[in-house]
Amino acid sequence: MSQRRIHDLSAKTISFASADGDQIEGFLAQPTDVDRFPGVVLIHHLPGYDQATKEMALKFASTGYAALAPNLYSRDAPDAAPDDAAAIVRAQGGVPDDRLVGDVDGAARHLRAMAGGNGRVGVIGHCSGGRQAFLSACRLRLDAAVDCYGAFVVGTPPPESGLSAQPVVDLTPSLSCPLLGLFGADDKIPSPDQVAELADALRAAGKDFEFHSFDGAGHGFFSVDRPNYRVAAATRGWELIFDFFGRHLGANS
Amino acid sequence: MCTYLTERLVLEGSAKSGERWTPVDSASVYFDHPVHANAEHSVNLDFFGDGQPGRDGARARRVALELTPAAARELAAAIERVLASAPARILAG
Repeated sequence: MSQRRIHDLSAKTISFASADGDQIEGFLAQPTDVDRFPGVVLIHHLPGYDQATKEMALKFASTGYAALAPNLYSRDAPDAAPDDAAAIVRAQGGVPDDRLVGDVDGAARHLRAMAGGNGRVGVIGHCSGGRQAFLSACRLRLDAAVDCYGAFVVGTPPPESGLSAQPVVDLTPSLSCPLLGLFGADDKIPSPDQVAELADALRAAGKDFEFHSFDGAGHGFFSVDRPNYRVAAATRGWELIFDFFGRHLGANS
Repeated sequence: MCTYLTERLVLEGSAKSGERWTPVDSASVYFDHPVHANAEHSVNLDFFGDGQPGRDGARARRVALELTPAAARELAAAIERVLASAPARILAG
């Protein structure tokens, strides 16, 4: 694979309108040396709107995308540290699906309206965000979606989990765009059987999708500061993400 | 962060973080990925101080622990031992 161009970029915290009218916080990173760029809504994982999420936004910007990461916990714990906000939202049962979809919708609208935006917007999420990326791509008109080891796209959280997340595989016929799925073969949630079940549903619905499962990797293999980081899977995963988004969103990479 | 196994408790007590004591009246206990501990999974305990956790002041009113499974079991056993050895007449409440 040829070396990608590394773009100049800028990044800042912004306030933007969710579809429900609320103003919520987001982290926006964008390239500064191209005239046109696609957008990516970056859904943070359950541990919150944290440094790792913002670093991913920078990676997208340096590769030619405007990336907007909504702070999904803006309303629940404004100004709290990411881990405190995550603990609070966990205790409340997680982010309601309708609110999440509204936040992603608002972020996508913001990206499409940006000066320089090429009008195409994808979504990506990890962990709980993987399920939320899939859900958003089923409920909204988007151009590409990436599900990184999303839990409970298939399967239901146990009652003792206290979380309100329910499976969303039944929404598969409504998927509005191509889907890339990246999974760890050693992951338990989602398990390889659950990944296969989702692939079956996508195939049955005639959807454009590609799944990759990495041997020797479990959940969270993209997390560079955690013991579950797997360098080979994460490196290949990023290549697949940029190839996929490049084909469907048209980045100037 | 995806075992999603969360026990939520209503409780009564106090906790100290730094120089500040705070009453705590709810807690979450879960086995999931830690924020700080160097392990893939840990037993995580969050103690909250305002009954309905959230909104303003959230940072000051959470006290958190991330323990290895072995440490969590030892802690649970130690709590049971001290409770078992305490005179019944002072355990009321």
